[in-house]
Amino acid sequence: MADVKGMIAKRAAQELKGPLIVNLGIGIPTLIPDYLNDTEVYLHTENGMLGVGPYDESNVDPNITNSGKAFVTEEIGASYFDSAESFAMIRGGHVDVAVLGILQIDEHGQIANWAVPGKDIIGVGGAMDLLEGAKKVICTMMHTTKTGGIKLVKKCSYPITSTRKVDMLITNLAVFKFEEGEMRLVELMPGATIEEVERKTEATFVNCIGKENREEA
Amino acid sequence: MNKVKQSAKEALARVKTGEVILVGGFGLVGSPLTLIEELTKADIEELTIVSNNIGESGKGLGKLLLQGKIKKAIGSYFTSNRDVGAAYAEGKLELELVPQGTLAERLRAGGAGIPAFYTATSCGTDLGRGKEVRQIDGKEYVLERQLRGNVALIRAYKADTLGNLIYYKTARNFNPVMAQAADYVVAEVDEIVEPGELKPDEIVTPHLYVDAIVKAEIILTKEGVEHIHG
Repeated sequence: MADVKGMIAKRAAQELKGPLIVNLGIGIPTLIPDYLNDTEVYLHTENGMLGVGPYDESNVDPNITNSGKAFVTEEIGASYFDSAESFAMIRGGHVDVAVLGILQIDEHGQIANWAVPGKDIIGVGGAMDLLEGAKKVICTMMHTTKTGGIKLVKKCSYPITSTRKVDMLITNLAVFKFEEGEMRLVELMPGATIEEVERKTEATFVNCIGKENREEA
Repeated sequence: MNKVKQSAKEALARVKTGEVILVGGFGLVGSPLTLIEELTKADIEELTIVSNNIGESGKGLGKLLLQGKIKKAIGSYFTSNRDVGAAYAEGKLELELVPQGTLAERLRAGGAGIPAFYTATSCGTDLGRGKEVRQIDGKEYVLERQLRGNVALIRAYKADTLGNLIYYKTARNFNPVMAQAADYVVAEVDEIVEPGELKPDEIVTPHLYVDAIVKAEIILTKEGVEHIHG
């Protein structure tokens, strides 16, 4: 499982080409720093730091953590600020990309990632603010639940995080883009087949593999 | 003017049952652990606590929760302490879940004399339900009201005896905005110095926001929460 999540994180890291201000959410996105080697990708964390460095076992300071409360380090050029300023950066459109872990996504690109009906998950954190303010939102998740349940749905059954539609979804099976009102399959992950993606996806998508003209290309 | 108190007990003597208390920190990082410990000893209850989280199970504000002294919690992320969900399910605790950026801005507004503001955050979601919606330049926003406390308990790194404060790394988080948004503000710090020893340029919270200063006796280390002496 860890390897599969690492594969998703690695693919997400490829989308992050500096210079860029990036906020990484809890879950799979926390694995992304392991795959980043662009020195012009500056990581922002909503608890009040720009210039987040990777965990270093030999250099742990209990008062330098990221939004997932994991120990991190300070990059050269890092800065600290209070929560109101941190969210002014987010809401004010100063963060280029947010990479989020999510629970469900619909075919229009609306996501759910903060509550599960009937479960004691009482937390929203900065997810709603990031969805409103980040210029680009990339979502990461396992394609199905642990029991094989569908997560790419026609309409989210979990409460949505925002009415804003995200830009991209990376799962362990495929990469999708939300463009021109369509959910477009643009890439299969290693080992995945189109049949498997179709079987495990309820949302309507357009297969654009091979025929997309990707901006980054 | 010297705002240094000899003990947390002395600093919190005026805190009363039923008050709204702002408590700094993101999890236990930047949380005023010495002042919270004093709240657990004081004969006060029915508190409304405004804090990003309610500590961890049995730690920080989590300890106060287990004592049943918290009537209502206002914050953004309670998942990190499972006792919160349990107390809520049993009807022993009221909760108000607020998006983290909205929580910070409501406090900022509270300290800045702004009664309410519009934000797109939570608009069209379950957390936006019942809020006034207004369209501005073609986009929808919800109205959010300011948030203030009777008391703020905050954690800083150094204070001078006047009450000027500087912070340490990500232990800053909600502390500066909470210092601005309460009638009575107590700062718990690692070090207390004479006025003039902090450079005017480096001061983050100027002394007019701060009423009392206490030296930290319970701190966060790599190993967890530890008591220190002297």
